[in-house]
Amino acid sequence: MEILYENLLDITWQQLVMWLIGGLLIYLAIAKEMEPTLLLPIGFGAIMVNLPNSGAVSQMVDGVLQEGALSTLFEAGISNELFPLILFIGIGAMIDFGPLLTNPKLMIFGAAAQFGIFFTLCLASVFFDINDAASIAIIGAADGPTSIVVALKLGSKYLGAIMVAAYSYMALVPIIQPPIIKLLTTKHERMIRMPYRPKEVKKVTKILFPIIITLITGLIAPASVSLIGFLMFGNLIRECGVLNSLSETAQKVLANLITIFLGITIASQMQAENFLQKETLLILGLGLVAFIFDTAGGVIFAKILNLFLKEKINPMIGAAGISAFPMSGRIVHKMGLKEDPQNFLLMHSIGVNVSGQIASVIAGGLILKFFM
Amino acid sequence: MNINPMAFVDNLYYMGVGMLCILIVMGIIIGVTVFLNWITNRK
Repeated sequence: MEILYENLLDITWQQLVMWLIGGLLIYLAIAKEMEPTLLLPIGFGAIMVNLPNSGAVSQMVDGVLQEGALSTLFEAGISNELFPLILFIGIGAMIDFGPLLTNPKLMIFGAAAQFGIFFTLCLASVFFDINDAASIAIIGAADGPTSIVVALKLGSKYLGAIMVAAYSYMALVPIIQPPIIKLLTTKHERMIRMPYRPKEVKKVTKILFPIIITLITGLIAPASVSLIGFLMFGNLIRECGVLNSLSETAQKVLANLITIFLGITIASQMQAENFLQKETLLILGLGLVAFIFDTAGGVIFAKILNLFLKEKINPMIGAAGISAFPMSGRIVHKMGLKEDPQNFLLMHSIGVNVSGQIASVIAGGLILKFFM
Repeated sequence: MNINPMAFVDNLYYMGVGMLCILIVMGIIIGVTVFLNWITNRK
């Protein structure tokens, strides 16, 4: 009979806490529909790897290494950056750069909204060594694959906490951003209307854009070539017009497949002994700081520009410059409608949001250039 | 974990240079995109 209960005796309170954390992530995914594609696999995986003597992760048994499936997946797909980069092909294929190409000036807000990354870098360096601080700061990219690639390249010890923070905060963007935006803007500013003037964007422009972006960012920050290159490759597949079936596959099948593996594999880094540390709480706090200052950076930059512009812009669109696509763009649009039911900001905010995707990858490349 | 408050000040350099670089790169991309639109929309 002992065989039935001997493993039960090995349960630790730390593992029980991790079950609760896993349960919370699953609850948020299902009941609150917060990034369910990632939080659900992460939550379930967190429970799997925190069972005593779990066979899902590699364990030493009687001095012999027993390979666990999740550890193998981690080695095969995350430690070599393969999963996040392949996911970028899918994301690139999903993005329509049309609104951005119609009004390229909006791209400057994508740059301004990366302020949180660099502010958090300074703040995190107070507590962590510079490579860990830079890896934590990139949570502010609001972009899971970028966070993973940067943390891996910089050899951060806190990969699990960084991945969980990056994906959790992306899910919490609808909760984090509105109060910051309201705090930094007046009702009058939030009611500023921005008429959308659609312009024709030629197909050749849409085809050349991803190639040129890859060339520019690759020449300036070569370490980010794989990030921006995979993203833009996905977009080129979408826009070239002759690879529709590949584009569809990248957007749906490929992205879904990688997301399943990515989520559950991330959980392999959530074993209680690695995850339940005071540093994890600090990383979660610093990740929140990064998101807050990203949002503030975009809004304040727009307010500064308004001092010089004849035709004012709604400063809320600056907040869409974080790369949490498309949530951030939608939030700004909804906030505009709430203040004035005739104020349609969607095309502008989505344009800024897409530029945030590019800018966050460039920020990741710069961080790598500084510290690799 | 050591707490080193001066590290914040020491790393402000990266904040300044990082933001400047990203604004310049995005500025270049804006310029190229405007040029691309202009070239392709010429009649």
